[in-house]
Amino acid sequence: MDIKIKITDRNGVTHEVDAPTDMNMNLMEIVRSYELAPEGTIGICGGMAMCASCQCYVQSDHDLPEKSDDEEAMLAEAFNVEDNSRLGCQIHMTEELNGLEVELAPEE
Amino acid sequence: MIKSDILIIGAGPTGLFAVFEAGLLKLKCHLIDALPQAGGQCSEIYPKKPIYDIPGFPEILAGELVDNLMEQIKPFQPGFTLGERAEIIQKQKDDSFVVTTNKGTKHNAPIVAIAGGLGSFEPRKPILENLSKFEDKGVAYIIKDPEVYRNKKVVIAGGGDSALDWSIFLADVAAEVTLVHRRNEFRGALDSVEKVQYLKNEGKIKLITPAEITGLKGGAKLEAVIVKKASEDEEEVTLEVDNFIPLFGLSPKLGPISNWGLEIEKNAIKVDNTLDYQTNIPGIYAVGDVNTYPGKLKLILCGFHEATLMCQSAYQRIFPDKKYVMKYTTVGGVTGFDGSKKEAPKAVVKAIE
Repeated sequence: MDIKIKITDRNGVTHEVDAPTDMNMNLMEIVRSYELAPEGTIGICGGMAMCASCQCYVQSDHDLPEKSDDEEAMLAEAFNVEDNSRLGCQIHMTEELNGLEVELAPEE
Repeated sequence: MIKSDILIIGAGPTGLFAVFEAGLLKLKCHLIDALPQAGGQCSEIYPKKPIYDIPGFPEILAGELVDNLMEQIKPFQPGFTLGERAEIIQKQKDDSFVVTTNKGTKHNAPIVAIAGGLGSFEPRKPILENLSKFEDKGVAYIIKDPEVYRNKKVVIAGGGDSALDWSIFLADVAAEVTLVHRRNEFRGALDSVEKVQYLKNEGKIKLITPAEITGLKGGAKLEAVIVKKASEDEEEVTLEVDNFIPLFGLSPKLGPISNWGLEIEKNAIKVDNTLDYQTNIPGIYAVGDVNTYPGKLKLILCGFHEATLMCQSAYQRIFPDKKYVMKYTTVGGVTGFDGSKKEAPKAVVKAIE
């Protein structure tokens, strides 16, 4: 099943997109698949929580899975971090996330 | 002037494998890489991560893959210019190229193969007003000569291995070492974390956590940093220092290559994928993650394929009149430039009575 996600890109434009929950995709990959950020500026490490290029601010009050140690550590070294910062590559698309609203953090 | 047949920019898996394929064609390679070691991302970002889609290897650590590639190309004696970034390219009268690094090392080759991955790894700089003003005037992102910090007051920011390791090292050199990190937890080798704990207890390292540097002060050179603690009252303290070393890891940037007149699309170099992965400049190829074409996949295995076809084309370019057909290594073996020879053992022909 597809869920709806609202993603505000780095230019402030909000896109409502369909995200599949059965393709083992994460939020960073959804952003890339819709080309909402130029290639080479997001998902640089490929989704290993080893860069912060997919950092986003979660604006809706969805219950997200806890951050792993890797994600915590990476966010502690990233820039422009806010309390609602997450790494998109660590947010897997599940039905519970229907209606999720996020904003992409600025490019470092 | 370092001369070779193919000058490869980028010593990641694709660049390394290109040495092998070139070697089979008796072409000699030299590699340039901005990092101090070969292997590219595999060595720098994820040496301990297993890769599952290298053909023939159900599972291999990225670091092991690099070790294997280095072993595989050893007979072809590649040259390396490591820790230097390819900066300028100049076409010569004889159609060859001269590539000069940021440290002035010059390389000449008839063929340039860019296997630059995501670009060269540059230090990640914190977002601070006046940061660039104090670069080399108290602010440095890479420690080149630790002696610079002798008897100085140094503040290091960061929470990874390099922040820990340099804090430990400079504790014996500098007059004062302060380590500032946004969290209480550090991500590093266990013994580094324990050593910093020990040095903190001994009073040799001052630790300020959770906190971050929010401002820089000084005139002609850095004189103080502002540290904001992440406690409830967000207390700000001014710390008098001579040096500020932010160590937030590295991130890749396409960098100077983007000014070489190559056609760029989506932060990657456009190549001819119907033939040989040549760029819009004849004689310059781009292989691996650094290139783009319809249907491009940034996979190591695709880089290997691209490097192989690139070498065939390079050979034809260098020797336009020579006839050549590809030879299987099972048939031709591998003859190294070092005189080594690997080949399949001959079958025994003997009657059975």
